[in-house]
Amino acid sequence: MAADAPKKLLEPFFWTLFSAGGVVAALLMPVHIFLFGLAFPLGWLQDLSHGRALAIIEHPLVRIYLFVFCALPLFHWAHRFRYTLYDGLQIKHLNEVITVFCYGGAIIGTALAGYVLWSIP
Amino acid sequence: MAETIQLEVTRYSPEHDAAPTFQRFEVPYRKDWVVLDALNYIKDKLDGSLSYRWSCRMGICGSCGMMVNGQPKLTCATFLSHYAPGAVRVEPLRYFPVVRDLVIEMTDFVVKLQKVKPWIIRKAEKSLSDGEYPQTPQQLDAYKQFSMCINCMLCYAACPVYGLDPLFAGPAAIALAQRYNLDSRDQGAKERMDILSQHEGIWGCTFVGECTEACPKNVDPAGAIQQYKLTAAKEWLKSLLMPWGAK
Amino acid sequence: MTPHEKKGATQYTPYHPRWYRTRVSTYWWLWKWYYLKFVLRELSSIFVAYFVVITLLQVHSLSRGSETYARFEERMRNPLTIALNAISFFFVLFHAITWFNLAPRAIVARLGGKRVPDILIAGSNYVAWLAISATVAWFILR
Repeated sequence: MAADAPKKLLEPFFWTLFSAGGVVAALLMPVHIFLFGLAFPLGWLQDLSHGRALAIIEHPLVRIYLFVFCALPLFHWAHRFRYTLYDGLQIKHLNEVITVFCYGGAIIGTALAGYVLWSIP
Repeated sequence: MAETIQLEVTRYSPEHDAAPTFQRFEVPYRKDWVVLDALNYIKDKLDGSLSYRWSCRMGICGSCGMMVNGQPKLTCATFLSHYAPGAVRVEPLRYFPVVRDLVIEMTDFVVKLQKVKPWIIRKAEKSLSDGEYPQTPQQLDAYKQFSMCINCMLCYAACPVYGLDPLFAGPAAIALAQRYNLDSRDQGAKERMDILSQHEGIWGCTFVGECTEACPKNVDPAGAIQQYKLTAAKEWLKSLLMPWGAK
Repeated sequence: MTPHEKKGATQYTPYHPRWYRTRVSTYWWLWKWYYLKFVLRELSSIFVAYFVVITLLQVHSLSRGSETYARFEERMRNPLTIALNAISFFFVLFHAITWFNLAPRAIVARLGGKRVPDILIAGSNYVAWLAISATVAWFILR
């Protein structure tokens, strides 16, 4: 039963991150993708100049916003994708590899996000 | 002018067959007949060896659950007229081992149900002289929906996670655990949490939602499970922030 | 007949030589429309992760100077990228809509003893979504 203890502890944790990430992704991603993925590149709306964009993101509150925007959805992806692999491809026997790949990926992504946002001039 | 309808029924006899096959029967088509009536007709008049479970024939015992045209249904509540004129395919409940014909082995469900302790747990029972446990209508309302479960296992037949993961407790078991957790008379929430929080007890659920669609009693097991996950997450957070507050 | 462990047998259902177990196909999710919808909803998480990567690339290129940023914008204008972004947009919308519609099932709110109707919980999510999106858009575009 001792081996179950860390698993017991971690599942609610990852599920909570998954939920939080899902809320962030649902509330914030659509408008971001619409603006930066479609409207600006296609010229529907006037794009941000480099100077203006830099001025926005260097603000500490914006950096925190962007950190949350990146970190939580990554954990949302990690948890959801892990179970999609279990049920969709029926590779649950590889669950150690999958768990490391998913949550490890999310952790690395979060670390990268922290680094990138920290090193804005 | 007697109308008929074709029924395609799974036949499996472990003594003779390596795998289930289908057998076609022609049964009278009556507008007020349900699939169970057709099966009873087959057994009475056409082939007495057909094996299946049924009892109350009015949707309360939960015995007659089977797959009708690929959907988990209570055969006593599924009208032939819904499928006429086409053939009606009747198969045993999905994701359970088939014992014979349309009869499935349900021990797995029973074991999981027992594990969640679906009864009122009290630290100390009140003596008879202390009287009843009073409950307001609001307190009843908190768990009433989940108490409607008739253990028909249609939700298990609808749940792909149950089909894929032997450790998953399944919709009805978790909904019934929640029914008792939310009951004001019950004090066993922690005991059940310890059991269900293990491994894939509840965490295997990915909110497909088909269990709720299949449920003939509007229990909404999917909702029960998500609510339970939320409770488990809150309990985990509490145990993290206040480890000294052990109940 | 004593049950014994067979390779691949489940932990709870004992093996019995005469029971028949249908193996669940790897493509179980293709045979029913509602299962397919479910899997597509789950796959939306991939597009969520994709756009997080794009966002990080964008911030990174901004930090590196206006030339790097110009090159990033050039890559964003690539038709393939735009197609991928369009697909991501629809998947993320699908995620948002399914998420808000399912929220009332997980969150049971009671007001004065009576249960708040599902449509109000879902509705308040949509209102929050519109309000937040408008605020973000205003902040970026002003």
